[in-house]
Amino acid sequence: MEKVIEAVDMTKKFGSFVANDSLTFNVGRGEIFGLLGANGAGKTTAIRIMCGLLRPTSGKITVAGMNVYRQAERIKRRIGYMSQSFSLYEDLTILENIRFYGGIYGLPERVIRRKSQELAEKLDFWRIRNSLIGSLPPGWKQKLSFSIAVMHRPDIVFLDEPTSGVDPDTRRQFWDLIYETAAEGITVFVTTHYMDEAEYCERVCIMADGRIEATGSPADLKELYGAGSIDDVFVKIARPPRG
Amino acid sequence: MRIVWFIVEKEFRQIFRNRMMLPFIFLMPIFLLVVLVNAATLDLRRIDVALVDNDLSQTSLRLTGKFEASDIFYIPRAYTSLEDAFDRLQEGSVDMVLNIPAGFERKILREEGAQVQILIDAINALSAGLINYHSQAVVADMNRELLTGVTPESAGAGAPAIEVSHRQWYNPEMDYRIFMYPGILVILVTIVGMFLTAVNIVREKEAGTIEQLNVTPVRKYHFIMGKLIPFWIIGMFEIAFGLLFGALLYNVPVEGSLFLVFLSGAVFLFLVLGLGLFLSIISTRQQQVMFLTWFFMLVFILMSGIFTPVESMPGWAQQVNVINPFAYLIRVFRMIMLKGAELAEVQGDLISMAIFAFIVLTSATLLYRKTAAG
Repeated sequence: MEKVIEAVDMTKKFGSFVANDSLTFNVGRGEIFGLLGANGAGKTTAIRIMCGLLRPTSGKITVAGMNVYRQAERIKRRIGYMSQSFSLYEDLTILENIRFYGGIYGLPERVIRRKSQELAEKLDFWRIRNSLIGSLPPGWKQKLSFSIAVMHRPDIVFLDEPTSGVDPDTRRQFWDLIYETAAEGITVFVTTHYMDEAEYCERVCIMADGRIEATGSPADLKELYGAGSIDDVFVKIARPPRG
Repeated sequence: MRIVWFIVEKEFRQIFRNRMMLPFIFLMPIFLLVVLVNAATLDLRRIDVALVDNDLSQTSLRLTGKFEASDIFYIPRAYTSLEDAFDRLQEGSVDMVLNIPAGFERKILREEGAQVQILIDAINALSAGLINYHSQAVVADMNRELLTGVTPESAGAGAPAIEVSHRQWYNPEMDYRIFMYPGILVILVTIVGMFLTAVNIVREKEAGTIEQLNVTPVRKYHFIMGKLIPFWIIGMFEIAFGLLFGALLYNVPVEGSLFLVFLSGAVFLFLVLGLGLFLSIISTRQQQVMFLTWFFMLVFILMSGIFTPVESMPGWAQQVNVINPFAYLIRVFRMIMLKGAELAEVQGDLISMAIFAFIVLTSATLLYRKTAAG
């Protein structure tokens, strides 16, 4: 399978603190790849390096076939990103946000209009298209924010804990969107600390204390560790049995 | 360039949707231009005098009458003891004590040379100077009359040979408001340019949307232009608004070319926008950037020569004004608006502002990072 992300010994140090310790992994085109770990395991650091928001200390990293050291700005045209903190403009309407993000990714007016209509149909928001984002419930904001992050049809979309703080029903709807997107050939790189969400991913990396402890499909990992769920796998990795 | 346009469009949408922003852009200027221009005046309109007349003669009455006849001296009541009058000065209810000692008239008639005592509240040195000046004028006038009137035969010899005639140029009615107006306009433009820009950018940092922009193809010069252009336009609008308002309300003239006023305003705006940008880059919270901008504005305003003449500042303070953008534009505005200065007379200041603006904008752009070095 064609690789869209390749990281070899990706390391990030903040002073003496090692946030990412020689991470090596790769992600294939169209894959849904999950980075799992407790808070503070180094997931956000890893995602921020790949998006070009943070410079790595060392390691060889290519995203969409480009080098993160030298081609960060070109990478930015080929990726989408949804950060942990909500990042649409609360004081703009749904349509205005779509227009703005479409515009800065260089989509022509005609395409922006078409995308707005498509999104409105898909998410069923035509009725409230002129409402300010700030007035929408969190689940709505998250779905919109994701749809806007993939509006310019990037090679890869990075989702940093996209479902934290939303109810289980909205989380399921959100994962439906992720599946649809992946089916269109967009690679999805998602971090989460909800272990049940790992089951939705095709392949996962489990991180603890800045290191990758295990990589594989959820089924393989469960078999390898003799566990009933990814949650059990995680417990075994994070707290290995003594003796 | 299309990216810049999308950012500008978004900024205008947000500015006009913000409930705090519109009053800031439209009401604050009116407030500043009406209240500050009238209040921040150094004109001495009224000097309250506590009179102690222990002579109670015709001559002493003539002197107090002269004080009362002038436009600015008011003598609400007379006191019998100097202590009482001095108490009024102490508590601040009068500005000056006029003490005419007993034997005043007698001494004048005997041509022994009489004295009056004037005690001035000099807490405000500037107004004390003016009070002194005005009372000297009254006393001198009285002197002249005495010399010519009491001894009529010496009239010819006593009259001053040289009379100084005054004529106030550039502001013939000595209207302090016309002097203040260009300065207040500069403050106004700065609040819009520096303060609003800085707060706007830091707000985007706080909301986390700036991080989102940093993973998009928006380059830093796109971002900076997109942020500065709207406030530049609003700043130019404020200048136009201020000039119109001043002309209608106070007859503030624009003796020189209107184009030159806008040209210097435009250059100045680039400078203060750059400073606002700079401060927003080194700040992470709105409170922080507000504190920083107010600090700079306060120092710049007080040292700019808007209230006190730069020429009377100590040498080091005049040196500091080399980096004070306010000092440049206030000088340039006053020159063009009140004196009708031509380009040749203000081009030195314009070039300095342009160089300054270039340095500030360049260093702010270099300082702005899309990638955290971490």
